[in-house]
Amino acid sequence: MTYVVPVIILGVCGLLAGVLLTIASKLFYVAVDERIERIGEALPQANCGACGYAGCADYADAIVNSNAPTNLCRPGGADSAKKIAEILGTAAAEVIPMTAVVHCNGDCNATEQQFDFDGVQSCKAVKRFYGGNGACKYGCIGLGDCVSVCEYNAITISDNLAKINPAMCQACGQCVNACPNNLISIKPKAKKIDVLCSSGDNGKATKAVCSNGCIGCKICEKKCPVGAIKVEQFHAVIDYDKCTSCGQCKSACPVKAIH
Amino acid sequence: MKTLGIILLSAMLTDNFVLSKFMGICPFLGVSKKLDSATGMGIAVTFVMICATIVTYPIHHGILVPNGLEYFDTVVFILVIALFVQLVETALKKLVPSLYKSLGVYLPLITTNCAVLGVTVLNIDNNYTFLQSIVNALGGGLGFMLALVIFSGVRKKLEYADIPETFKGVPATLIAASIVSVSFMGFSGLFN
Repeated sequence: MTYVVPVIILGVCGLLAGVLLTIASKLFYVAVDERIERIGEALPQANCGACGYAGCADYADAIVNSNAPTNLCRPGGADSAKKIAEILGTAAAEVIPMTAVVHCNGDCNATEQQFDFDGVQSCKAVKRFYGGNGACKYGCIGLGDCVSVCEYNAITISDNLAKINPAMCQACGQCVNACPNNLISIKPKAKKIDVLCSSGDNGKATKAVCSNGCIGCKICEKKCPVGAIKVEQFHAVIDYDKCTSCGQCKSACPVKAIH
Repeated sequence: MKTLGIILLSAMLTDNFVLSKFMGICPFLGVSKKLDSATGMGIAVTFVMICATIVTYPIHHGILVPNGLEYFDTVVFILVIALFVQLVETALKKLVPSLYKSLGVYLPLITTNCAVLGVTVLNIDNNYTFLQSIVNALGGGLGFMLALVIFSGVRKKLEYADIPETFKGVPATLIAASIVSVSFMGFSGLFN
């Protein structure tokens, strides 16, 4: 009896609990599409938000429930898009590999600092003091706000200038938002030509502060066979939809601002 | 009536489960980042505490004691608590999915929350009547919620504070928790 009674009591309690829970689970049943979970597994779970949704789970939900495009995941790239297409039973959407690029080449050999900044060592903080401590107010501040947000260690600061390693960059876009000077943009990996200057000053003023800056001479505009490069706000900007990476602008540029 | 009031207030303040008895620390630190999830967790725990007390009290006095199975308390109580936690979880998933998401793993962890088991066991240990037990559970739950809500405010301030590098994150949080706990020591001796 010493053993039987506890066993019976526990058994009865367990049984009652089981019955109650079964009723509750029927009562509060939530239909979950199993595809959402499988798509969630196909995504890299970086939760970077590059797709425009609040995270991988949210994106998976949007794909199934609101017909979101399947090729938005940048860290996942073509792999993820293919897996998602398999789960949904559709043709895989094309994924263009993207990378971030810093549109500044003002390293410490090309430009100078106006003053030493002793406060909180972040680009955002420096930017508040007279627009930054660099001679060029548009260039890379070099304190690495972008480095600290990058989850893939793709950004390094060398010679006071942020550089992105395209091999490691997943184009999640965190750095784009972190840069107080809006120097970073996302572009297709296959396009090799970049304008590495974002100066909003005229040619003379830019030349005075940085030897690598775009002077807005428009030679590249004339050389470009497809009209993909335009000088806007005193610096050249490439339209990657038109650019064929022929490199004519690069060789023509008198200040070597195009790389 | 007076006893009930004293039980309620002492369970909330002087014998606060989190800040004076150090029970249920994991959700206290885990879910106190945001005010709404702290309140949600508080309500969930209070609900589980009261329901568990309502069920475990009769089980103890009606079934276990007559059979001389007092040693069986813990096992049966945990079973009952697990049942209610599971109920809360299924209900929340259906009714408040956003809260379900923000509580995350801490919701099923109420099962092993020592504050909940603590309430049910202390009810028995203190020889409370049925009504007193329920009031004690209510006080315990409200005290738990109070601690979480107060601490979520503290943590919000902590986010903006300029903390030395070595103390950032968990150490600063634990130190802040200890200071909040010290402040609750001030309630001791309030009721006799």
